[in-house]
Amino acid sequence: MTDINSKAATVSFRNVTKMYGSDVTAIDQINLEIEAGKLVTLLGPSGCGKTTTLRMVAGLEMATKGQIFIGDVDVTNLPATDRDVSMVFQSYALFPHMTVLENVSYGLGFSGFNKVETLERAHAGLDLVGLKDYSERLPSALSGGQQQRVAVARALVLEPQVLLFDEPLSNLDAKLRRQVREEIREIQQNLGLTVVYVTHDQEEALAVSDEIVVMRNASIAQMGTPRQLYDTPADAFVADFIGEANLLPCEVTAVNGEVANVSLGDFHTTLPSRGVGQGAAIIAIRPSRLVIGAAEGFNAVVSKATYVGSRMEYTLVSGFSTMFAVRDDVDNPLSIGQEIVVGFAQTGPVLLPVC
Amino acid sequence: MTTSTKTLSQPTLFLWIVVGWVSFLLLPWYLVDGGLFSGQWLVDGYPFDKNYAPAAFLIMQGEKLWLTPLLIPLIMPLFAFKREKSDPLYAQILILTGAVGFSWLIIQGFSIGIRGWNYEWLSALFGKLDGRQFGMGYGGLFLASSFLFLLTQGIAARGAINGDVFVVGAIGFVLAIVGAFVFFPIVNMLLSAFITEDGSYSFIVFASKFFDDRLWGLSCVVGTGRCGVAWNSLFLAVCVGFLTTVLGLIFALVVTRSGFRYRRAVRALTILPIITPPFVIGLALILMFGLSGSITQFFSDLFGLEPTRWLYGLPGLMIAQVLAYTPIAFLVLIGVVEGVSPSMEEAAQTLRASRWQVFKTVSLPLMRPGLANAFLLGFIESMADFGNPLILGGNFDVLSTEIFFAIVGAQYDQGRAAVLAIVLLGFTLTAFFAQRKWLGKKSYTTVSGKGDSGVHPLMPRALAIPVLAIAAIWSTFTVTIYGMIVYGSTVKLWGVDNTLTFKHYVTAFSVRITEKGWQWTGSAWDSFWTTIQIATIAAPLTAAVGLITAYLLTRQSFRGKNAFEFGTMLSFAIPGTVIGVSYILAFNVPPIELTGTGAILVISFIFRNMPVGVRAGIASMSQLDKSLDESSLTLGANSWQTFRKIILPLLKPAILAALVYSFVRAMTAISAVIFLVSAKYDMATSYIIGRVENNDYGLAIAYSTTLIFVMLLAVGLLQLLVGRTKIGRRDSAAKRKS
Repeated sequence: MTDINSKAATVSFRNVTKMYGSDVTAIDQINLEIEAGKLVTLLGPSGCGKTTTLRMVAGLEMATKGQIFIGDVDVTNLPATDRDVSMVFQSYALFPHMTVLENVSYGLGFSGFNKVETLERAHAGLDLVGLKDYSERLPSALSGGQQQRVAVARALVLEPQVLLFDEPLSNLDAKLRRQVREEIREIQQNLGLTVVYVTHDQEEALAVSDEIVVMRNASIAQMGTPRQLYDTPADAFVADFIGEANLLPCEVTAVNGEVANVSLGDFHTTLPSRGVGQGAAIIAIRPSRLVIGAAEGFNAVVSKATYVGSRMEYTLVSGFSTMFAVRDDVDNPLSIGQEIVVGFAQTGPVLLPVC
Repeated sequence: MTTSTKTLSQPTLFLWIVVGWVSFLLLPWYLVDGGLFSGQWLVDGYPFDKNYAPAAFLIMQGEKLWLTPLLIPLIMPLFAFKREKSDPLYAQILILTGAVGFSWLIIQGFSIGIRGWNYEWLSALFGKLDGRQFGMGYGGLFLASSFLFLLTQGIAARGAINGDVFVVGAIGFVLAIVGAFVFFPIVNMLLSAFITEDGSYSFIVFASKFFDDRLWGLSCVVGTGRCGVAWNSLFLAVCVGFLTTVLGLIFALVVTRSGFRYRRAVRALTILPIITPPFVIGLALILMFGLSGSITQFFSDLFGLEPTRWLYGLPGLMIAQVLAYTPIAFLVLIGVVEGVSPSMEEAAQTLRASRWQVFKTVSLPLMRPGLANAFLLGFIESMADFGNPLILGGNFDVLSTEIFFAIVGAQYDQGRAAVLAIVLLGFTLTAFFAQRKWLGKKSYTTVSGKGDSGVHPLMPRALAIPVLAIAAIWSTFTVTIYGMIVYGSTVKLWGVDNTLTFKHYVTAFSVRITEKGWQWTGSAWDSFWTTIQIATIAAPLTAAVGLITAYLLTRQSFRGKNAFEFGTMLSFAIPGTVIGVSYILAFNVPPIELTGTGAILVISFIFRNMPVGVRAGIASMSQLDKSLDESSLTLGANSWQTFRKIILPLLKPAILAALVYSFVRAMTAISAVIFLVSAKYDMATSYIIGRVENNDYGLAIAYSTTLIFVMLLAVGLLQLLVGRTKIGRRDSAAKRKS
């Protein structure tokens, strides 16, 4: 049986700008390097330019300035038809007048395969997504999840250099989302494909990506692995966008090389300075890294306690700020009004400049 | 996956270079007497005879030396052949070739005519010319096309529309043919509005004709006189546009969203008035409601009232036009009503909206493109209608008939005809712009790629009852009218001798089988076969041009798109009388000499009817989600393949509407045809009018009835051929009930 192989390539944006008309800047001089065989997610709020960037990789939008490379080839002026890039659309865009098999075979016809090969490859693609028996159905006779898989199969069988996903899970229900995102990740890793993925759901991004590019206002805020972004965000925006973050106002009293002395009200501690100078600053800390009942820490009062099945979520009020903490111990919940001492975990707090 | 763009574009380049050379070396340059397809010219002295020679042979014989410069743009593209598409020189060579070649063809065409130089100053400059030039033939035509498409390929290679050869070529093609066959004749005619009696141009003459009281007087409002022609036309058109849209929507709703069992019958009924020659409905109305009409007599006997001529003028005209144009609104709206996404309506229902609220707040707004288009169609059709005002107008003058009388009547006043044409154009253009403003830029996407499996809800009760009632009444009325027509064809002499007879059919369509084969002895056969032939040629061409234009307008964005749309819609806003006259003026002389041929009829039909294909295409295409196109592109298809495999199959209702309408209008057109027929190419409608003028009503009605049946057959055949696309909408609850 035919196998689906991978011709994964790198993607490179060099000083790319995209403008609509003369006043709307959708993308402002971004530089991006995506390694072959990696799944990179473009993450950001609405209007940040992630979908525009994706469409520029596809060739559905043309860059106003700068260059785009796929592999070694300069594709800046190449239209979508001639690029070796496949895309899975948010609405799936299955052709309503063609059966599932015809949909999947569509692109193969233009790639120069004869009828026999086309059929073999199409069947292999359907097999890969688990829809072997659905080839004669029309798209309207499939569920949302099945339609999406057909869209994925259709894109995969062309063995593209880059595979693009435009918010593929946004139309699925939550349970299906987890399952489908894992399937997508599995296929990507098995075939070693280069995938560029757009989403606004940061948990999804953290779960599937090798690297995440956080975008804001037409440019890149930070690029890094999920861990890097989660544990060491570059600024308050990224910290707040990825996962929950408590942004605690603090004071840097002294800086000695790599180490800064920080005080939060009466509580004093030392943190890596990360280039932040003396004066007002922000500590970003994840809810899971706040230690309740620590030996050393600051005082706080529990104002809200919520049970969400797997853990307890607490809202804590201290002298200088309100914060959000979580604890796995659901059997011994804290009560509202209880006074506690809150400390920081070893790895957790990150010093950020005030923006 | 395709490796480079080189392999894709070279075949196109190669093709058009070859076409250019073939037309220069092999095809007769000038118009061939008897037509190219008769083959006469091949045996009659080709290729050396001056009348049939290709351009190359003419030059070799020392004739028509002004064609020699064409060799330059013929040779130039060969240098582009070896180059890469991205090489800037490639684009430059092609653009230069196309521009130089095309402009030279135009320049030499307009400068040199039947009597040598066409303009005084040219013979003053160059001296008298010995050579003569007749109209261009297929040689000239294909060479011009070759240059045009080389030019568009060059522009595409420069980067226009991302280098899409198909789209740029399509734009260039549509621009060229619309320019040649719409703008050129119209501008030519409008200039004649400024011509004074001695042949020079004057603005004062124009102004005096424009502000005439016969056009703009308001005496019917303030007093008891007649209103200006312009106001009459406007009022009538607005009423008719509104009424036809409402009725069309009613019928569309009945067919798609009611539990009514005989929906197919209703569908069929609404097509009838389209396939009827325009004046026949007027005639039938007179038979029923005229001074000695059957219904008038019945009521006057019943109530003891005097029969009046109430029918003639605005009332009769409005009834006739609404009867005639509702089906067009229906055809446009049925596609739109069916295309509204059922899941949006289902979503609204789940949001606690009652069926009436769903209809008012979700379904109706989503149908806005179709409603606006239908209104526009009705408005313009009414403005341009000629047959009905001719018969039923009475004292109610409208612009189209006034134009006709300005040319044909005793007071031949070309200038006045042109002025009236300008006013008429002003109205239709205003309607066009108003409709675009109302539609705005909202997205009406409803056929997305997600395989919509919802079910259309039935109409809310409060709506269903009046809708069904109105539909029933109107259908009955329509059936009666047609009954009248068929009855009238079998009556020996209407109003005088009511014996039933088939005499009229025999006179028109008798056939005798002799040893020599079939002999078409009836008097109507000649015009009948001509009409069928011309309509069959024109219909697919019209549909093709219309749909390609609709594709360019909905799917592509390029500079000057608004002007482009305006240009393609323009011909629809021009009444047939104006087209007919302007064609005679423009195409009676070289370079494009077409009067007396079948081609001029075909061309006039293409451009008269193209806009309906465009409108139906736009209404349908704007409901196809753009992501369908885009996914096809990312899967490796180019625009042409996307158009063919994805868009066209999903457009079957629009294609059917375009084909049906084009064929039928070609069969029943009268206002332009009456100027363009010739001895060899007589059309059925002008033959019938001729019979009517000779008071041979029986024959005229019999012929009309036959035409109606023939077209019914054709429509049925088309419906079978094009079929309905399977996009998997489950049948609405209505179908399940019946």
